[in-house]
Amino acid sequence: MSKITQTWQDIKAKGQKALIVYLSCGDPSLEYTEKLAEKLSRAGVDFLELGIPYSDPVADGPIIQRASQRALAAGIKIEQIFQLAASLRNKIGTPLILMTYFNVIYRHGIEQFVFKASQAGVAGLIVPDLPLEEAGLLKKTMEQAGLDLIFLAAPTSTASRLQKIGSLASGFLYCVSVTGVTGSRKQLSPDLAAFIKRVGVYTDLPLAVGFGISGPDMARQAAQLADGVIVGSAVIEKIEAKEELDEIASYVASLKEALNKEAHNS
Amino acid sequence: MMAADGYFGEFGGRFVPEIFMTALLELETAYERYKKDPFFKAELGQYLTTYAGRPTPLYYAKRLTEYLGGGKIYLKREDLNHTGSHKINNSLGQTLLAQKMGKRKIIAETGAGQHGVASATAAALLGCECTVFMGAEDVRRQSLNVFRMRLLGAKVVEVMTGTQTLKDAVNEAMRSWAAEVQDSYYVIGSVVGPHPYPTMVRDFQKIIGEEAKQQILEQEGRLPDYLIACVGGGSNAMGLFYPFVQERGVRMIGVEAAGCGIKTGKHAASLNAGSKGVLHGALSYILQDEDGQIIPAHSISAGLDYPGVGPEHSYLQDSGRAEYDYITDREALSAFQLLSRLEGIIPALESAHALAYVMKLAPSLSPEQVLVVNLSGRGDKDVQTVSKLTVSKLLGGEAGE
Repeated sequence: MSKITQTWQDIKAKGQKALIVYLSCGDPSLEYTEKLAEKLSRAGVDFLELGIPYSDPVADGPIIQRASQRALAAGIKIEQIFQLAASLRNKIGTPLILMTYFNVIYRHGIEQFVFKASQAGVAGLIVPDLPLEEAGLLKKTMEQAGLDLIFLAAPTSTASRLQKIGSLASGFLYCVSVTGVTGSRKQLSPDLAAFIKRVGVYTDLPLAVGFGISGPDMARQAAQLADGVIVGSAVIEKIEAKEELDEIASYVASLKEALNKEAHNS
Repeated sequence: MMAADGYFGEFGGRFVPEIFMTALLELETAYERYKKDPFFKAELGQYLTTYAGRPTPLYYAKRLTEYLGGGKIYLKREDLNHTGSHKINNSLGQTLLAQKMGKRKIIAETGAGQHGVASATAAALLGCECTVFMGAEDVRRQSLNVFRMRLLGAKVVEVMTGTQTLKDAVNEAMRSWAAEVQDSYYVIGSVVGPHPYPTMVRDFQKIIGEEAKQQILEQEGRLPDYLIACVGGGSNAMGLFYPFVQERGVRMIGVEAAGCGIKTGKHAASLNAGSKGVLHGALSYILQDEDGQIIPAHSISAGLDYPGVGPEHSYLQDSGRAEYDYITDREALSAFQLLSRLEGIIPALESAHALAYVMKLAPSLSPEQVLVVNLSGRGDKDVQTVSKLTVSKLLGGEAGE
């Protein structure tokens, strides 16, 4: 059983919902990302998504675009992110998931990239611009390495696509809550419940909701519908505003608490 | 020519977020249907004839030919199209398709502004809402085209992210499309992007080559020895080349923008100096660093200032069917001036790259040899840019070449 699957089982066994947090590596420095990741792990984050910044992130809104640009301007290289993952792996038990655009992986060489990710102790990979039609080789390579390739399901995905995605995916399914790009929204889409229900028809994998979750209330509402929530831009806004690490950690703890509160109530 | 799933050999594909996939599959189905529909073809044909001004002439450039003293030079006058470039062929085709698909909102990106103007025009003609994304740098370089688009009723969104040029305009257009993918249509302006765009845009542009083929047979009684066209994304080149791909005796040469010179790194020559990678949904040759980060392109011509190229060009290059060379900013400027003086035609700076290549090639050919050059656009939009440039500035930027 993969580390990701094991972690979901543990969370479910406790009757809890999972909190997944996205960080853009190297924003504003690698040392900062490492320290923050450690604090977030202690604050109760269940999975950490380590974003490898990319120059042209078409699925991302302005907040993550700016984070990526800050990291790239600081000169971040992929090798350093593999080192960061390996270093974190020794300090925290939270499963690490890399998130990046396909060109970064393709340029590195698919086998090379997966091998290095595996050596660094990474548990999974999310590639927002890789639909199932183009995922063949990466999926096979990830499987051979015993790692999970996390697929995304969108509100625009048809039933037949959801079925194919469900059969290819492992670890969990990343449900995109909005038609649009990443970034904080004021409220959940009114269609979210129906969408999550539709996705659930085609898979038994845990369902995590991401894109636009901007605070404890929204996280709690989204968690009522799914198995976990993914928060990115809302945390990065605090990094951008130069809030203290402990403040960010307590914000993330409040998200986690909001999810669990709901779990106890239900 | 094209394998399953939108691949040209190993190039092409559909590397886009899942959110777009249903729309792309719908587009593919609709396009397959309408391209065979005689009524669609007749309607588009009528717009191209009575509205855009097709067929465009194939003009024998006698004075240019005599001046260069070699091969016989013909210019395919795409500059005479309504809106001033070949872009209208594709914008009319796609906007009409959008209308058939029941989509009343169109989105477009633009570099030089030619595709933006063509799309704003097609939208006005067909009664659609139009939003054009344009890099802030290009808005500065092509302010007249921004005014044109607004005059035509389009909304122009100035893109402030990244390099503020065409690449970022495409990114923003895609992000905006993601948010309203169910009821809007993205009119991509070149043979780039995810399948089916490279095929569809080529098909809407291949009228250039079809006409040129017939016209050269009428005027010369034979096929040309050379086809020459500039390549940014590569739609005017693909449109000219495609109907000749099976004619093995015709050499096809695409001309990329070498900017300040390939060695300076400030260029837009993805085929000549790039490597394989994925940009804007397709696998092709692109400009990138060792980590796969896209390197900003540079060209004096906003329309060629793009760090990628259509996947079919990558295929034509690797299969050896077409050749790709490059021309610097400075060479393009001198061709810009030469054609203006000798023929009374001010070419677009993009097309001036193809002409500059002809200036090098033609003298080495015999007078019986025939070249067809795609004069893809007119240069009115560039007059201001050119007048601001000093020769010494350009010379300074070309060290090392």
